[in-house]
Amino acid sequence: MAKATNTEIIELLGERFGEQLFDVTEPYGLLTFSTTKDKVIAVLSFLKENGKIDFNFLTDITAVHYPEKNHIAVVYHLHSMVRGIRVRLKVFIHENEPTIPTASTLWNAANWMERETYDFFGVKFEGHPDLRRILNMDDLGVHPMLKQYPLEDPNRVDKKDEYFGR
Amino acid sequence: MNHNQPVYTDNDPQSELVTLNLGPTHPATHGVFQNVLQLDGERIVSGVSTIGYIHRAFEKIAEHRPFYQITPLTDRLNYCSSPINNMGWHMTVEKLLNIQIPKRVDYLRVIIMELSRIADHIICNTIIAQDTGATTTFLYLFQFREHIYEIYEEVCGARLTTNIGRIGGLERDFNDIAFAKINKFLKEFPKALKEFESLLNRNRIFIDRTAGVAEVTQENALSYGWTGPLLRATGVDYDVRTSEPYASYQDFDFEIPVGTSGDIYDRYLVRNEEMWQSVRIIEQAMEKIKSEPKGIFHADVPEFYLPGKEEVYNNMEALIYHFKIVMGEIDAPKAEVYHAVEGGNGELGFYLINDGGRTPYRLHFRRPSFINYSMFAKMSEGMLLSDAIINMSSMNIIAGELDA
Repeated sequence: MAKATNTEIIELLGERFGEQLFDVTEPYGLLTFSTTKDKVIAVLSFLKENGKIDFNFLTDITAVHYPEKNHIAVVYHLHSMVRGIRVRLKVFIHENEPTIPTASTLWNAANWMERETYDFFGVKFEGHPDLRRILNMDDLGVHPMLKQYPLEDPNRVDKKDEYFGR
Repeated sequence: MNHNQPVYTDNDPQSELVTLNLGPTHPATHGVFQNVLQLDGERIVSGVSTIGYIHRAFEKIAEHRPFYQITPLTDRLNYCSSPINNMGWHMTVEKLLNIQIPKRVDYLRVIIMELSRIADHIICNTIIAQDTGATTTFLYLFQFREHIYEIYEEVCGARLTTNIGRIGGLERDFNDIAFAKINKFLKEFPKALKEFESLLNRNRIFIDRTAGVAEVTQENALSYGWTGPLLRATGVDYDVRTSEPYASYQDFDFEIPVGTSGDIYDRYLVRNEEMWQSVRIIEQAMEKIKSEPKGIFHADVPEFYLPGKEEVYNNMEALIYHFKIVMGEIDAPKAEVYHAVEGGNGELGFYLINDGGRTPYRLHFRRPSFINYSMFAKMSEGMLLSDAIINMSSMNIIAGELDA
């Protein structure tokens, strides 16, 4: 099948979801859009099951913490091997209530990716069959990739954020 | 009482399941990770994978390092094919910075990447043979990994954790010795690979141990996010080199081998054929380099590419750039970028978010070993322990890439 274009996907999604998808951008040609956590599974399963675009492959799930805005972005990368195109879906959730429905009902690969995201960001994937830490030890107590946790001893004067340009 | 028949009672240990800790440091796992298996005799009833024994928090460290200091971290992901990781990272940053790379640099990179793919596949395939009991083949082919390491040494000075190349190109041009070593490798390796294949491909014992073992359907492989030789062994012809060509792979003529059943024998065959294709690619690249202008080994981007020492001492501009680059003060656009390369084990992805600071705001590695391995415990259920061991070797799980 011919390669799909970003406009084709935007049109298909716009028809189905309309205003529920927002922040549509194309950084470096990769179609990126956001949705809310109530709609995320509907959007993912639409992308996966729609025969025209066929996003059969879940490339990656990860998260990004934005402490100034108090939210965590859960980022999904999907890939349509049939149409040779990728998309990126972001869901912003509040850092005090980091819950989102699990995608492991759609792809088995989501199981470990979500465990990793939970381990590092504390995002609770509702309905996940086995949401335990995966790389860190079980009694670590914190989710270390959140920005409030420093890499090294916070009392060191040579490792302040200002020296890293932010 | 008939002593030839086993007698079971309620509390007889023989009637119970045996818990076996396979790992974290077990010679058969070829890496530091643990599986707690419930065994009924020699059959696995259930398993739980525990990973993270060599987790080094690379994603967190990367948030505190300028771009060029992240290259040595990527070395330590899949340390059997470090150059692919290094160059995947360089290409991610180059994509962010919109740097155009000269063709000759692309070809030099392709040579190194394909050599490291061969090194990676040599390890995996010889170890499958080793785990099925064929030590000879391991020794025959493994010396060529050594020859590949000698080529790396000539190009960058290091052998295992290579830190090869720079953002914008390579650190230095290939010298004549490097080209001579590559030519020697291209001449000798096919013979050895042929010998290796003739020892194993139609070997009755090897086929009995591997064919039909750990079969995986395409649906299952895709659902579990498999990529690389494992996915191709099931019959899906997905390879990042052809689906989204990077580093001028579109200029090369090569084939993507696929299997049919996804069993261990198919994975072995796919990897072997990929080595042949890699040899083909390297030969073409060596040919193509001849028609490119000599001496170009990096893009002309002084603001991102570290100048030579001589220039730094004699040229004010070079000194300024040198200072800015070393301090991490490069003007990178505030953007996010995902770049994938075909690593030894599958799609190796870099998801980079830059907020204009000296370090990435967020860097995530899509590590194929981590994602491929999630099926292992599930697929071991009902399998013989000895089959599970070769299944693990054929998945080529590299602990560094598993844990990051």
